Amino acid sequence: MVQNSLPLHWRKYPERYRLEGNINEETGEAFFPARVVDPKQGRKGKLVPIEMPRIGKIVSLTEVYVGPQGFEKETPYFLALIELENKVRMLTQIVDSPKEKIKEGAKVKKVFRKISDIDEEGAIAYGYKFKVEE
Amino acid sequence: MRSVSIVGVGLTKFGEQWEKSFKELIAEAGVKAIQDSGLERKDVNAVYGGCMASGRFVGQEHIGALIADQLGLNPVPSTRVEAACASGGVALRMGYMAVASGIHDIVAVGGVEKMTEVSTEDAGFALGGAGDQETELFVGASFPALYALMARKHMKKFGTTEEQMASVAVKNHGNAVNNKYAQFHREITIDDVMKSGYVSSPLKLLDCSPITDGAAAVLLMPTEQAKKINDKAVEIIASTQASDTLALADRENLYETKAAKIAGKQAYEKAGIKPTDVSFAEVHDCFTIAEIMAIESLGFCPLGEGGKFTEQGNTQISGQIPINTSGGLKGKGHPVGATGVAQAIETYLQLNGEAGKRQVKDAEIGMTHNVGGSGATAVVHLYKKA
Repeated sequence: MVQNSLPLHWRKYPERYRLEGNINEETGEAFFPARVVDPKQGRKGKLVPIEMPRIGKIVSLTEVYVGPQGFEKETPYFLALIELENKVRMLTQIVDSPKEKIKEGAKVKKVFRKISDIDEEGAIAYGYKFKVEE
Repeated sequence: MRSVSIVGVGLTKFGEQWEKSFKELIAEAGVKAIQDSGLERKDVNAVYGGCMASGRFVGQEHIGALIADQLGLNPVPSTRVEAACASGGVALRMGYMAVASGIHDIVAVGGVEKMTEVSTEDAGFALGGAGDQETELFVGASFPALYALMARKHMKKFGTTEEQMASVAVKNHGNAVNNKYAQFHREITIDDVMKSGYVSSPLKLLDCSPITDGAAAVLLMPTEQAKKINDKAVEIIASTQASDTLALADRENLYETKAAKIAGKQAYEKAGIKPTDVSFAEVHDCFTIAEIMAIESLGFCPLGEGGKFTEQGNTQISGQIPINTSGGLKGKGHPVGATGVAQAIETYLQLNGEAGKRQVKDAEIGMTHNVGGSGATAVVHLYKKA
């Protein structure tokens, strides 16, 4: 199964471990994950790697009771669309936070966590989750 | 460009079809469509088949060849079309373009999905592939979760309520009762929906379309010739398609489906009509919030008012603009690859006055709206009696 692919895990370390995306040097627009082509500028400007800010805020939120394969043991969990300080938006789980503080507009910061564990013999996926900053 | 019409349709029963295989489903729909048209197998020049995830659902790829083989259509060209849950609608558009351009005269368009061969978790994973695998499914975003994030924003921005979303499910279940091909023949109440338990808040079990087996097929040919073979031809007066970002996080906003809005606008322009000219529409209600956003994007009500508009009964069969008379994805079922083709079949039945108890009065123009993923593909068709 694709989630267990070792080359995939290895290739994704920069993105999933330290939020590396890229930025168009000319326009200053950042992308996460890194893109090969800037969808607005095309070939104008050069895309160079950059780490995303590790602070953001919750834009929209859901509590997942039925998750996809690999997340059965995690439910229920909070999933949020967040906006980082550089305006880049991403989807992430919100963990380790008091339930009443997980709400739209809440400030969140990146933490490093286990993401999923699809089967006993596969590689364990680690990466980013976020928690509400007190 | 030639005018193109649907001349025959075939549907299997939608639901948990444990006794039937993938091959049997598509063959059944195909044979019915050919019989309905009065044409013969040898008349078919090409096949387009919509199918989203047969590899994950039944371990089978190469669906184009499979369809032609099962129906005994070899050696005509047969092509699978994949656009997640919009696979069927996009296959219809491919068939339309092939006939309109003059490349082929008679084209069979099919759609099929057999989803109950795997567990619910496995099905959830297969469907999750319609979003961005690396940034959505990877972090645990099921499909209901993506639509839940949109629903939450719609509620916050416009005051849409969970009860209003529930009213979509109640209406569509009500319509499905009168559709013998539908998965559910059971009326539900707002209270049933509200008590059905969260799948991904604020979406509850009865806000979600089910996992379904089923197939659908139609035959297309130039309108001029179609009118000579029977009096049931339904002309496709517009076929449009638009794309948006694969991942929800990259969208301009969460409360509007831009691709659907663009495809809808282009379809109205192509046909030279306004939303008020449409008699009824089959829209992509994979979740109740999706129907609310669809009727807003297609211009049947102003942005933000879809919940209220539905709650007031405007989308009932007797309402201002009947939506999902077939029962929609919610009531009829949602075999993802077949859905777009099945929507076209409902318009064919309605425009021919063959929809029985769910018949829309004075139906003149029908519309279908089929969406892939969380809105990354939208395909819209308009129809009238040829």
